[in-house]
Amino acid sequence: MVPLPAYLVLGALLFSLGMIGVLVRRNALIVFMSIELMLNSVNLTFVALSRHLGSMDGQLAVFFTIVVAGVEVVVGLAIIVEIFRSRATVNLDDVDLLRG
Amino acid sequence: MADFAWTIPLWPLLGWLVLGLVGGRLPRRLVALIGCGTVALAFAAAVAARATFPGEPQERTLFTWIAAGAFSVDAGLLLDRLSIVMVLMVSGVGLLIHIYSVGYMAEDRAYSRYFAYLNLFMASMLLLVMGRSLLVLFVGWELVGLCSYLLIGFWFDRERAANSGRKAFVVNRIGDAAFLIGVLLLWTSLGTLDLRAIGAQAATLGPPVMVTASLLLFTGATGKSAQLPLYTWLPDAMEGPTPVSALIHAATMVTAGVYMIARLFPLFTHPVTVVVVSTVGALTAFFAATIALVEWDMKRVMAYSTISQLGYMFLAVGVLAPAAGIFHLTTHAFFKALLFLAAGSVMHAMHNVIDMHVLGGLARPLRYTAGAFIIGGLALAGIPPFSGFFSKDLILERAWEHAVGGGSPVPFILGLVTALVTAVYITRAARYAFFDQPHRESHPHEAPPVMLWPMVLLALLTVAGGLLGAQRIGAPLLEFLAPQFAAAAPHEAAPGLFVPVLSILAGVAGVAIGWLGYRDRRDPDLGWVARLFSRHWYLLDLYDGVLVPAAKRVAVLLAGPVDLGVIDRAVNGIGALAAGGARGLRRLQTGYVRQYAAIILVGTILLMAYWATR
Repeated sequence: MVPLPAYLVLGALLFSLGMIGVLVRRNALIVFMSIELMLNSVNLTFVALSRHLGSMDGQLAVFFTIVVAGVEVVVGLAIIVEIFRSRATVNLDDVDLLRG
Repeated sequence: MADFAWTIPLWPLLGWLVLGLVGGRLPRRLVALIGCGTVALAFAAAVAARATFPGEPQERTLFTWIAAGAFSVDAGLLLDRLSIVMVLMVSGVGLLIHIYSVGYMAEDRAYSRYFAYLNLFMASMLLLVMGRSLLVLFVGWELVGLCSYLLIGFWFDRERAANSGRKAFVVNRIGDAAFLIGVLLLWTSLGTLDLRAIGAQAATLGPPVMVTASLLLFTGATGKSAQLPLYTWLPDAMEGPTPVSALIHAATMVTAGVYMIARLFPLFTHPVTVVVVSTVGALTAFFAATIALVEWDMKRVMAYSTISQLGYMFLAVGVLAPAAGIFHLTTHAFFKALLFLAAGSVMHAMHNVIDMHVLGGLARPLRYTAGAFIIGGLALAGIPPFSGFFSKDLILERAWEHAVGGGSPVPFILGLVTALVTAVYITRAARYAFFDQPHRESHPHEAPPVMLWPMVLLALLTVAGGLLGAQRIGAPLLEFLAPQFAAAAPHEAAPGLFVPVLSILAGVAGVAIGWLGYRDRRDPDLGWVARLFSRHWYLLDLYDGVLVPAAKRVAVLLAGPVDLGVIDRAVNGIGALAAGGARGLRRLQTGYVRQYAAIILVGTILLMAYWATR
């Protein structure tokens, strides 16, 4: 039986990895994957706590996250493809039309 | 009351809409038809109103205009005896002048604009005399002022016309400011702006409020009706087309002040107000008549004459004889409109020459015009049996009763002297323009029938109008108005012969002096008196030399240091503050997605730290 703190520490590590990926990588696809990593680290935390507390609420939240993440992939990838088509790059620092 | 009667102001308003929007694309005949036809419909509605008038005041509410807490004003119309007399006179005389304009303005480029303005004026004036609340009256009051400005400056490419329009607007504004304060004072002390309610409750006001409110409203009237000291705009208003002078600056708009006082008559019964109104009226009557005596521009003679006759009307309402004032208002509308139309016919024949120095001998070529002018002039001079005699005589009788009854004798004395001066200046003008030998050869042509017929009809009204108030035959107009002014000063039923005889003597003597003393376009040498008159008793020096330069200096001060230095700086400073702040804040928007993510992260950590330490 793996103790609960192990799951939570793993979730926190995965979340931080994803966070760092979002902050330091410029390739939009990598950033995208990092976001997925963050989402799933939260899922792991949810599931672990659900098991620990004996409640189904956490697992319910995980299903929501998975569905929303699927939708987000569809929209996000479409946007990235469009950006690539119009600019021939997926470097996020080159996409700064909203600069004030 | 027939429903048709309530549409009186609607028709000219429709005419204005049509002519104002598409008039420029319509043929001239159609423009003239719409311009005159709508006024004819208004006149027909006014006749219907008189025919179906049940005797009691009739009211109709159109909609609730303002509802703000306790302050509520309905846009409503009122038809009672006074407003029926006014709408009949305004729409009737207005119709004749519209028809005259068809001929007078035939050559003008801006034909449809002219009729659009004229129709708007008719609608505004009819609204003014039919308004049920003081605020509706004020709307009409301001709208006629606007139309006056537009029509004085109708030929705005002439600098003098444009300036005269502005002058009329500015001078009227002074009076209107006082008028508005008076309206607000009445609202705060009575809690209503309904005209009939104000009349009914005026007696419950304390004397200080009553005198203050009545004098504030009277100040507004001195602006609109060109009385001392706000008379200066009316002579300059003669820059407009002559039919406009006849309609707005003689027959209708300038009488609005008299109408307003007659309408709110119970408010003007305090002794102090009586003295002020009657004295200002009498002084203005005399003052303007003396200026007319030395004026050479025929239309300006008429303008001073109008100021003077309006003074008579204020004299009448001042000495608590509003019915006499309204009677004179009506006959004056007839004969002064006639005189103006005749003067317009002279201008039409002489290619816009109106300086009496170069007129002369027009009685032969312009027979009808001369006849019209002489009929109007005799009425103005107060020669019986013309209408002006009856109304002026009635005013003098009331002023006499006022003086005998313990009031001030000034109105009567000045009124009588003015009757003499009036007869002199109008005889002088008639003689110079129509009888003396012409200055140089010219071939004037009589006006077309479309201009002559309105003059003929007005001449008939001028001759017969006296019957409306001739007491020997029952005075139908005065009888009709009597219930309206139940609170007016009572007077003996059988008038004596003393005042009429004096009044006739003054008129006849004036005509004789005018005919014998003035010939060959040379005024008798009056020395310093002539200078006194032509400088407006040195009021012109006060206005042009002191007040206007002072006002201009104040204006320069306000425009420069105050407006540019304080107000504009404040406004621009607020704008610069916002712009500077925005310039700083926009640096936050770098466009780097990763930076936004970092800021979100920092923000989240800060929030969590806050929650954790709380």
